[in-house]
Amino acid sequence: MNTTILLFLLQDGITNGAIYALLGLALVLVFAVTRVILIPQGEFITFGALTYASLSAGQMPGTIKLAVAMGIVAFAFDLFTFRRALHAKRVLRSVAVNIIVPLAIWGVMLALSGRPANIAVNITLSLLIVAAIGLYLYRIAYQPIAHTSVLVLLIASVGCHLALQGFGLVFFGAEGQRGPAISSDAITIGALRFTGQSIAVYGITIALIVGLWLFFGYTLYGKALRATAVNRLGARLAGIRTTLSGQIAFLLASVIGAISGILIVPITTLYYDTGFLIGLKGFVAAIIGGLVSYPLTAAAAILVGCVEAFSSFYASNYKEVIVFTLILPVLVLRSLAAPAVEEEKD
Amino acid sequence: MSSQTDALLQVADAHVAYGKVEAVRAVNLEVRDGEIVTIIGANGAGKTTLLNAAMGIFPLKGSVRFAGKEISKLDIEDRVAAGLSLVPEHRELFATMNVEDNLLLGAFRIDKATAARSFEHVYTLFPRLKERRKQLAGTLSGGEQQMLAMGRALMGAPKLLMLDEPSLGLAPIIVADIFRIVGELKAAGVAVLLVEQNAQAALKIADRAYVMELGEFVLDGKASDIASNQRVVASYLGFQHESDSGI
Repeated sequence: MNTTILLFLLQDGITNGAIYALLGLALVLVFAVTRVILIPQGEFITFGALTYASLSAGQMPGTIKLAVAMGIVAFAFDLFTFRRALHAKRVLRSVAVNIIVPLAIWGVMLALSGRPANIAVNITLSLLIVAAIGLYLYRIAYQPIAHTSVLVLLIASVGCHLALQGFGLVFFGAEGQRGPAISSDAITIGALRFTGQSIAVYGITIALIVGLWLFFGYTLYGKALRATAVNRLGARLAGIRTTLSGQIAFLLASVIGAISGILIVPITTLYYDTGFLIGLKGFVAAIIGGLVSYPLTAAAAILVGCVEAFSSFYASNYKEVIVFTLILPVLVLRSLAAPAVEEEKD
Repeated sequence: MSSQTDALLQVADAHVAYGKVEAVRAVNLEVRDGEIVTIIGANGAGKTTLLNAAMGIFPLKGSVRFAGKEISKLDIEDRVAAGLSLVPEHRELFATMNVEDNLLLGAFRIDKATAARSFEHVYTLFPRLKERRKQLAGTLSGGEQQMLAMGRALMGAPKLLMLDEPSLGLAPIIVADIFRIVGELKAAGVAVLLVEQNAQAALKIADRAYVMELGEFVLDGKASDIASNQRVVASYLGFQHESDSGI
């Protein structure tokens, strides 16, 4: 191997690793706040990427219909929960969040359809749609069972993943799609060529990490989310609703998933089920971080990206096997370090 | 027991069960505005269970009225918003966050202006917390953690503060400090429901007291009467009296 190849592989690994880092951080966040292992994270990636690609190709993505339908179901759930005390304020708020928001997004899409595609508008619409789906997914699938064990929540996650993946196949078909790059410029430094897209990946990853750090460190809602993660009962006794924290966590995770998808789709062809595999690599990083440590997860994600790049160069057939094998020694070490794993009670 | 409707907290015919075991049976309890009421009793009598159920942590059969409204079906968070606050036995602090953030989150449900006043009030009551405001909650001493837990509960400007064993595991000098502050809360217009094993200290600052045995209230009345009751002296105050007289 010469230095140039080494540098190429490292560059490739870090670009992918940055995306895995985002996904891993979102997984750690959701798990800390809600105890949900977010397997449907992969579908947020796919939905974000393919919604963006469809919009760019001038098509109307099916995800908006899913968002509207899920909003209606979420509203019905809210009504059922409020049935004993139907306060006008609560109901109106629920109508606004669950009915008006997705319909408004749909309206904007219909109004804009037929016009020349604007990348920024398409990205915004894709993010809004996936954010809405993420929020309603929490309301429908997780909030009613929020107090059950981690295992029950995990099973629900598997169910959500399969259902959403099925919807992905219906909406986008079995063929892969690519989306337009955010920027087609490129700069060359030495032997390395940095495309606008890969620079966007670095820039957006860093901006998101800084943004999350500011949110958690300096805002009341960010602190409330951390409090829920640190001590759920303590947070409830302070008046912080577990459901509010859950909603914020799912919103953040779905937006992060969609951003990752939109960043990847100009680089790689994405199929309706590709997101799952990408999400799993974020999951490997999150597991290495013990599902608690943000810095460890980010570092592990870069490692996962690099291992993937090098193994695709040396043994491309075994690429995935090598990446997922990374998790084994970590699990063994972790089980030795902490032999008794306590199931957290609510 | 009087069934006055102007009581701040009124628990009527409350039952709390863990599966088939009834930990609290047919309990009636009242706390009026600005009153300090204590529940004393041995370990395992059901005191903590009763407080947690009143807060909504466990389901309770019976009625819980607070400030004129039935709250037994409300979530914990809505009871907090109504002005009921619990300092739980294990304190449940946000260990990896600093003192100031712990307090700030105690004011999550109230507006900024009230929160600013709460900060002032809490820092006046507990000057130690102000000194340590940038320190992580998990690194505080036991006494400081208890102060922080009380401070966080007071940040939401509650009408009634429920304290579960505030003296547990603390040095006597700190216990005295904490009981003095509980007394000061009365002057600030906050009612207190105090659950304690340290019966002597609790009866000294309380207006009224309930004695709990095996899930039921066996005695209630003015704290001074309870403190001189033969049965209470024999069961709960005996040891302290001996140690007071230097034996």
